[in-house]
Amino acid sequence: MNNTVKFKIDGNIVTAEKGQTIVEAAHAAGIYIPTLCNFKGVKPKGCCRMCSVKINSRYMTACTTPVSDGMEVENNIDELVDMRKSIIELMFVSGNHFCPSCEKSGNCELQALGYRYQMLVPRFPFSFPQKGIDASSPKIMKDQNRCIMCKRCMKTIKDENGKNYFAFKNRSNKVEVVLDAEMGKTMPDDLAKLAMENCPVGSIIYKEIGYNEPIGTRKYDKTPIGSEIEV
Amino acid sequence: MPKKITIEPVTRVEGHGKVTIQIDDFGNVRDSRLHIVEFRGFERFVQGRPYWEAPVLVQRLCGICPVSHHLAAAKALDVIVGAGTGTGLTAVGEKMRRLMHYGQFFQSHVLHFFHLSAPDFLFGIDGDPLVRNIIGIAQEHPDLAVQGVMMRKFGQEVIRLTAGKKIHGTGAIPGGINKNLSIAERDELLKGADPLNADKMVEWSVGALDFFKNYHKNNQEMVDGFASFPSNHLSLVREDGALDIYHGVLRAVDNDGKKILHDVDYQEYDKYIEEEVRSWSYMKFPYLKDLGKDKGWYRVGPLARLNTCDFITTPLAQKEFEEFKAYTNGKPNGMSLHMHWARLIETLHSAEVIRDLLNDPDLQNEDLVTKGSKLHKGVGVIEAPRGTLFHHYEINDLDQITLANLIVSTTNNNQPMNTAVNLTANAFMNGQREITEGMMNAVEVAIRAYDPCLSCATHAMGQMPLEVSLVNEANEIIHRRTK
Repeated sequence: MNNTVKFKIDGNIVTAEKGQTIVEAAHAAGIYIPTLCNFKGVKPKGCCRMCSVKINSRYMTACTTPVSDGMEVENNIDELVDMRKSIIELMFVSGNHFCPSCEKSGNCELQALGYRYQMLVPRFPFSFPQKGIDASSPKIMKDQNRCIMCKRCMKTIKDENGKNYFAFKNRSNKVEVVLDAEMGKTMPDDLAKLAMENCPVGSIIYKEIGYNEPIGTRKYDKTPIGSEIEV
Repeated sequence: MPKKITIEPVTRVEGHGKVTIQIDDFGNVRDSRLHIVEFRGFERFVQGRPYWEAPVLVQRLCGICPVSHHLAAAKALDVIVGAGTGTGLTAVGEKMRRLMHYGQFFQSHVLHFFHLSAPDFLFGIDGDPLVRNIIGIAQEHPDLAVQGVMMRKFGQEVIRLTAGKKIHGTGAIPGGINKNLSIAERDELLKGADPLNADKMVEWSVGALDFFKNYHKNNQEMVDGFASFPSNHLSLVREDGALDIYHGVLRAVDNDGKKILHDVDYQEYDKYIEEEVRSWSYMKFPYLKDLGKDKGWYRVGPLARLNTCDFITTPLAQKEFEEFKAYTNGKPNGMSLHMHWARLIETLHSAEVIRDLLNDPDLQNEDLVTKGSKLHKGVGVIEAPRGTLFHHYEINDLDQITLANLIVSTTNNNQPMNTAVNLTANAFMNGQREITEGMMNAVEVAIRAYDPCLSCATHAMGQMPLEVSLVNEANEIIHRRTK
C-alpha cells in the first residue's frame, strides 16, 4: 500500500506521508509556512490563523489540514502575506507589547514574525488594554500584557496527573490565560523553565533570570524566523 | 514697558526646555527661569514590573547616555540580589561594566564638546547661527569634525562590545553582566585600524584639550567671567579620594573646598538629600538637607567632580588636573565655562582608562554573575557624564518593583543652571534696547556648559526651531522672532 501523497505548494511538487498536515509536510520539504499556536507534539487547533493557506481557492489552516493527493496549496502569495501581516499587527495592537524592554526580545516568535513580515507600524489602532501581572508563583510571572492566547502553555504544561497549570478565565474580550493559583505556588523548577520556553512571547517569565543571553546570540538576532526550515 | 522674553526650545542640548526672562520698564532683567517642559513618568510606570527588568526598561529615559541609567539601575539591583553595594561583583563583572561606562563617558563628552559646544568657540557666541553648528564645523574645520565623529564612534563601539548594542543594550544584569570581552573584541578596540584604536583616542583627547586651553588663553576674560558663581559641589569619589565615575562614596564641598558631605555611603542618600518641587517646572530642585533649600543646592558634573576629588588615577589626566587645580590655587572652580575644561580632562581620563582596561586579562574571565541573600531595597549611584545619578528601587516579596526614585544628573544641576541663566541674562541683556540673537545664544551657552539632558530623551539634533517672543504685561505678544 502506497503511504505517500503528492501535492503542490505554490506550484512545487511536494511528496509527503499520508496523515501529515500541510505544515508538517511543507516544513519537511523545506518550505516555510508561519505558525504561532502550533506546537510540536500537541494536536493542532488552528486558533491563531497564522498558517492560513489557500486550497482550491478556499482559506484553510495548514496546521490542521491533512495532505491529500493532487491538492494545490497557495502559500507565499501577496494576498496571504498581507493577511498574515495583518494578523501579526492585530496581535500587537490588542496587547501591550513593548519589545524594547521585554526580556523575550530576540527570542520572541511574535516579534520575529513582525520582522519577517516587515511590520513597521500596525495599520490598526492600539487598544492599550488594562492588564496586570500575576507574580504570585515563586517561580514564574504571568504578564497578561503580552499574552496572545495561543494556548501552548495550556496544552503542554501539566502535572504528573495530567492536570493543567494554565486555563482560560473570563469570557469574550475579557478572557485571559491564567496560572492556577494553588498549583503555581508549588510549580517544579523544570516545569517553570519549560513554560517560559514554550511561550512564544514574553508572557511567561521565569523569575529572577532575565536578559542573560547577550544581544547577538539570541535565536532570531541574526537569522529570521523560518530560515531554519527553508532550503 | 515690561517685557517677557521666551527662548523656546533651548537648542544644542539633550531634550526640550525653555527660558523665560522678565525685563522691567527700565530694561533691567527682573527674573529668569529655565523651565523643563516635558513630563516622563518612568518612576510610576516601572512599578509592578519585575525588578530585573529595570536596567533595560529605565535606560529608555535617554538615548545619549542610556548606559548610565542601565548601570545605575543594575547597581541598585546588585544590592537587592545580595551582590553587595558596588564592590561585590566578580572581577570581570565590575571591569566589563567599567569599560562600558568609560566608553559611554567618552562618547558623550565628545558629542557635547565637538557637536554641541565647539560651534560657539569656533564661530563666536554671536556668530552667524547658520554657520554656528556642526555642519559649519564640517565645512570650515573638517579635521576637527572628523575627529569628533570618529571619537564618538570609538566610544559607541566600546558600548556595543560590552552591552551588545550601541544604544540601549543589555550587558549589565543584577549581580553582574551577561558577556565578557573576547580576545577578538578586545583587539578590535586595542589594535583597530587607524584611527579607531585606544592609543589614537588618547592622542586626540590631548589635542582637544589643547584646543580648549588655547581658546581659553586667547579669551581668558570671557571664559573666566562667563556665568561664574560660587556654589557647593557634589560627586562620587573613590574611598581614597580619587576620581571614580563608577563607584565610590558621596562627597560634597563648599565654595572654599571645605567638606560638607563627608564621604558617605550612598545607600543612605535620602538622609542627606531632599528634593523641592516648584510649580513652573517638571524638574525638581535637590538640595543638601543639612544646609536647607537656600544654601544647600549644589553643582554636579565634570566641574564638580574635579572640585571634589583629590587626584586622578591616570598619568596624563592627572597632569592636566594639577594644572586645572593650580589655576584656582587648589580652591573649587566656580566658572561655568571651565566645565568644558574639566569635561575634556575627563575625556582624556576615560581614553586612558579604556586603554588600560583593555589590557586587563580579567575581561576574559567567565564568572559573570554573583548573588547572595535577597534584600528589598537597593540604591545605585553612578557618575553619569552630566553628573551624579541616583536610582533607588524597592521590591515586594513577589519580586515586583513597588517604589522607584530617580534623581537624574541634570536635576541636580537645576538650580545652578537657573543661576547661570540669571547671571548671563543680567550680563548680556540689562539695559539693552534690542535683544539680539547673540544675546539669546549667550543664555543658551550658559545652559549648554552644563550639558543638560533636559528630558533625558532621544531627539534629532537640528530639527528644533528657536522662537523668541516679546510680551507685554498683559501677556500679549508684541514681537516674535524665530529661527
